[in-house]
Amino acid sequence: MGMLEGKKAIIIGDRDGVPGPAIEECVKTAGADVVFSSTECFV
Amino acid sequence: MDLENQKRVKDFTEEFGPENVIVILGASEAEASGLAAETVTNGDPTFAGPLTGVSLGLKVYHVCEPEIKDEVDPAVYDEQVGMMEMVLDVDSIIEEMKSIREQYCKY
Amino acid sequence: MNSVIKGAGYILVHTPDMVIHNGTTQTTERVVNPESEYLKELPSHLRSYEDVLAYWPNQTYIGNVTPAQLAEQGSTWVELKCPVTDRHGKYGEIMPQEEFLLLMQICDCFDVVKLDKDFVAAHKAAILEHPLFDESITSRLHDGVELSEIEHFVNEEGAEGLYDHDKLVGCVKRAHDIDHNLSAHVMHENLVSKASSVLALLHGIKNAGIDKAEIEYVIDCCEEACGDMNQRGGGNFAKAAAEIAGLAHATGSDTRGFCAGPAHAIVEAASLVAAGTYKTVAVTAGGCTAKLGMNGKDHVKKGLPILEDMLGGFCVIISQNDGVNPVIDLSILGRHTVGTGSAPQAVIGALVADPLARVGLKITDIDKYSPEMQNPDITKPAGAGDVPLANYKMIAALAVKNGDLDRKEMPNFLTEHGLVGWAPTQGHIPSGVPFIGPARDEMLAGELNTAMIIGKGSLFLGRMTNLFDGVSFVIRKNSGEVDEGGVSTEKVKKLIADSFRQFAATLAADDE
Repeated sequence: MGMLEGKKAIIIGDRDGVPGPAIEECVKTAGADVVFSSTECFV
Repeated sequence: MDLENQKRVKDFTEEFGPENVIVILGASEAEASGLAAETVTNGDPTFAGPLTGVSLGLKVYHVCEPEIKDEVDPAVYDEQVGMMEMVLDVDSIIEEMKSIREQYCKY
Repeated sequence: MNSVIKGAGYILVHTPDMVIHNGTTQTTERVVNPESEYLKELPSHLRSYEDVLAYWPNQTYIGNVTPAQLAEQGSTWVELKCPVTDRHGKYGEIMPQEEFLLLMQICDCFDVVKLDKDFVAAHKAAILEHPLFDESITSRLHDGVELSEIEHFVNEEGAEGLYDHDKLVGCVKRAHDIDHNLSAHVMHENLVSKASSVLALLHGIKNAGIDKAEIEYVIDCCEEACGDMNQRGGGNFAKAAAEIAGLAHATGSDTRGFCAGPAHAIVEAASLVAAGTYKTVAVTAGGCTAKLGMNGKDHVKKGLPILEDMLGGFCVIISQNDGVNPVIDLSILGRHTVGTGSAPQAVIGALVADPLARVGLKITDIDKYSPEMQNPDITKPAGAGDVPLANYKMIAALAVKNGDLDRKEMPNFLTEHGLVGWAPTQGHIPSGVPFIGPARDEMLAGELNTAMIIGKGSLFLGRMTNLFDGVSFVIRKNSGEVDEGGVSTEKVKKLIADSFRQFAATLAADDE
């Protein structure tokens, strides 16, 4: 079993890095349950 | 890390148990990745948010780290993150994340 | 009829005391950590007015230094002193805090700004002598009140203090006792935005060389909201600023889209002019107090001065094609749609590659790109990286992916098609538009043919959607032909003659 499978994933994306929804798409394919996804903005 | 996000991390950790939670970051630089990782493991280093003095010790990775990348569908990863891999300084992000996990991760 | 960039104004205001009293990083810290080391250390990291005049990115913003000259100095300027230290520049000015507080009172239509009479007396001459303030503006300045009155409003009635060199010199009163949307805090934020927008408008109009009466429409694209509790974002900053600036023949409205607001507003203005709805439109925005000192904790921790001590403002005047000024090419429009998604490559694809591909152009066909022009001096120490550079890397990476660029040419692409960032982190202010002024000059001088202006906005911060946003457009050197796509006088005469003949023929047929 992978590290993400069945885990409750909390996503803190970055507007100038990888945004939350993009990470969400990724970790879902590994079987993680996304409980929170957000994108931070420093500018 | 944004104060509301810290609150959410704290609440979800209480709800699901720290051993069941994994935090995935998308920060643009090694230093920012390290600060966010420190916040969800050792506590808010800026002493501003609800995680100040709260050591959750959560498992935390940057989405560009191989541990995460290897588990994700390669086509989806390429579509969502592929280009940012070329833009971000992935090596220094990995180094910083490892160092934080070694110091503070409990799970 | 295509629209052209008739002129642009860029202004900065040095507001060190507002960093302390109004920046959200500081106001939040005072709530959660009032005794913090940061708050104690902060004042010693504030820059003097002389320091901000000698700061390379500021002189670039107001047009005394070109982006190319700035780039020659590297990408870290905090340790350097710019040899040009003029307050006024080709595009605008760097206004000191004292005069700006007086300008705020001038822009107040509801008697909420109160200034100490000694403070007004000390700085009134500067307002009267300001080259762009006519009598209609200066006559709005009041003599001020006793300091004790101001202290009463601040201590007893929830007024927001106005400070200069750490001394209380005025206040913004609340405009309603119960309504949060008219609180002293909101009134302060909105009056700052309005006053800096007025200043930008005045410079924009002067630089365009047009009469105020020619402006028919104003679009404000800042990130603030004005209204009362029954219509929180009712608006209209645009018309409110136009009134003070003396644009008697203009109406206007507000366009919002976070940092993408200016790019949306310019596309709208260009379309209004192209459609013939209005002949001349001003796009304007003032600055944002909330973002002052936003990354201050990192700057102080690293022993740097507080670099986010400037309010920014800009104004672009868009008018009918004159055969001279750079044209806004509405045939190349990038837009991030609901379906685009938030993957960075999808975003850049939608904003850069797709609109170019639709007209058969490659990424390398555009001379210069102006995405988010945040000053890296500010963002790098805060862990947000070099934002313009990251954008150029993404554009280059996409060009490689699309086969427009050889991978080994990527480093050259970054310098040939890119710029270094010089704009303050005032949200909408750095977003694509800072280059419009310099691009116009370079195009008029024949040094530049095409530039793509890219605005991106973090809509998710409003908690109404998780979507990102962005739009882009291209400006190009004027070909000199005024009549593109329009109808010539000769053709109109022929069309009228034809229709008369047809009409006569119909009448003749009816008679038969």
